[in-house]
Amino acid sequence: MKRKKAPPKTERRAFLNMIGKTVVSAGAMLGAGSLLDKKEAASAQSFPTADYDWTKHRWAFGVDATRCIGCLRCAEACKAENGTNPDAHHFRTWVERYVYLEGEERARVDSQADPQNIAAAGAEGVYRFDNRYKDEKVDKAFFVPKICNHCTHPACVQVCPTGATYKTKDGVVLIDEKYCIGCEYCVQACPYGARFFNTETQTSEKCTWCYHRITKGLQPACVEVCPVGARIFGDRNDPASPISEFIRNNRVSVLKPETGNAPNCFYIGIDKEVQ
Amino acid sequence: MEHVLNVSPYTGYVFPNETVFPWSVMIAVYPYMTGLVAGAFSVSSFYHVFGMQTYKPLARFALLTALSFMIFVPLPLLLHLGHPERAFNAMITPHWTSAFAAFGYFAAFYVCLLVLECFFVFREDNVARAKNATGLGKLFYGAVTLWSDDVSQKARTYDHKWLFVLAVIGVPAAHGLHGYVGFVFGSLKSREWWGSDLMPVIFLFSAVVSGFALLIVLHVVTSKFRKVPINLDCVRGLAGSLWGFLMFGVLLEGVEYANVIYKAREGIELILVFVSGPLFVPYFVLQFGIGAFLPIGILAFLIFGKVGGRTLVVGAVVSALLVLMSVFMMRWNVVIGGQMISKTLKGLLSYTPPLLGRESLLAAVFVMAAPFGLLWVLTQLFPPWDDADKQAMPKAADNEKMPLLAE
Repeated sequence: MKRKKAPPKTERRAFLNMIGKTVVSAGAMLGAGSLLDKKEAASAQSFPTADYDWTKHRWAFGVDATRCIGCLRCAEACKAENGTNPDAHHFRTWVERYVYLEGEERARVDSQADPQNIAAAGAEGVYRFDNRYKDEKVDKAFFVPKICNHCTHPACVQVCPTGATYKTKDGVVLIDEKYCIGCEYCVQACPYGARFFNTETQTSEKCTWCYHRITKGLQPACVEVCPVGARIFGDRNDPASPISEFIRNNRVSVLKPETGNAPNCFYIGIDKEVQ
Repeated sequence: MEHVLNVSPYTGYVFPNETVFPWSVMIAVYPYMTGLVAGAFSVSSFYHVFGMQTYKPLARFALLTALSFMIFVPLPLLLHLGHPERAFNAMITPHWTSAFAAFGYFAAFYVCLLVLECFFVFREDNVARAKNATGLGKLFYGAVTLWSDDVSQKARTYDHKWLFVLAVIGVPAAHGLHGYVGFVFGSLKSREWWGSDLMPVIFLFSAVVSGFALLIVLHVVTSKFRKVPINLDCVRGLAGSLWGFLMFGVLLEGVEYANVIYKAREGIELILVFVSGPLFVPYFVLQFGIGAFLPIGILAFLIFGKVGGRTLVVGAVVSALLVLMSVFMMRWNVVIGGQMISKTLKGLLSYTPPLLGRESLLAAVFVMAAPFGLLWVLTQLFPPWDDADKQAMPKAADNEKMPLLAE
């Protein structure tokens, strides 16, 4: 009997459904303190929502570094939402502090993972910047949130020998943790240090822009919790979306443009020292 | 399961995720082993393809050495993988944009090629052994000859043709495999210390160098164990080639270093701190000074001073051991050194491999020792030495092949 070919949309939905189940079940497994409550996790079996079409979106991220106050609620929310290892060596997102002291030409840089900041916070799972510059004469200082750039030409996807990490049609770089062999070539290839090795799953891990949330019309956790609107997220296909307006209304830049990766995380208010 | 993190201390600013080194000592061992394979195969090919008589006594032994190492090449990679049981995913669904997607195919092809070449090289001897042996031995040698006992002139000519073809394919394959390993590192733009067009060529030359050095050491050691005189012509020939290739290798690495320093791109201040600080001893002292310049000097003295006898043997072995150390340091300085420079170009990390565990120093020692164990077993099963043949099978000496090009 000649097998009838399923219409592409059904195939796509089945595929998305599979991804959804993978991501959500992983999230559910790891998700102590998850923003998703249990009820939501159970209903998320149908993830992504039946009416989600990944060809209709083009997600992008914006960072207004002039607004960031270094409160690190983003880092905390990200860890909670995604069940990432709470220690100081695994971050899907982090914040860098750049400080120019008077008379110094180069910035002093640290992040919440700095041992001094951890000591001030009291534990690795608590994220805080210490007050080390209180007695110094600071010339200029600012914070820069960092996250996976979900590049248009991602070096991490290029080097993956199995295709376990891939770019979705809506512009997000994801990892299939059930297929990843854990070679960490992608961790090496990312110029931004956005990837790390998950010692529990023994696979690579990185920011997904909270794919399980954005496909339901929600914002990524870090964007949701930012009290000052330093993180902007949206659909570039929608000219009225916050990210489209952010890119239209500002002179935006990207990190390490010379790599040719063409990041989709757009910055304003950063300085030459920011890599 | 509790996983112990090997967290690296650092100075300056590094990205938070960089404090755990992605690639460990195993990834330094891996190119070292592929290099030895390519080098050993070169020695074998010098006789089998180019007909250089000097290397004749070592040609078959070099082939077994290449095979022994090649079989274990995937081991350090498997020990590194988070999911070694999924390793074949890369072969089932290769993602062709990855510089590593073809490794499985390359490696498998090359193992097959080596096995096939060994089959033809040892076929005649194995036929004789199958005839003389009884019981299990007969069965074994019968099996490795595929129960074909035709050693007529016609059959031997046929063998030689195959051998030549395989060796001709093998030379670019071995060097391709190793140049490819260099590309795995050199093609990464994220690491200032790696992203270089010269990397594949540098890997290639250091590979050839390491193979020659290994065979000098193995030839002397096996001769001592077998209580046969060391073939001085062979040692002199190997020493000469080692000297020549070493000069090129050092030159290339010098050019590479000069490029990084002279171009002085962003992060040069950090690189200068790096090479004059943590990398000074492993790079300038061990890799270049003691590991390359010193043996170049010793070898030049041995070759041009027309030194012979014990001095030649001791000098060549000492040089070879230094070169083997130097090439390992080169792998270490590339793989580990490259990761010591933070992607922020604002900080330096340090790495100390754990003593125990899957990716530890102890595991690396075992991985490096395993091919020698296999080589010992193979030399017992298939003695590659001419004099052993003479003892076991008087006729074998008469059948000794002429260099293939001379046919």
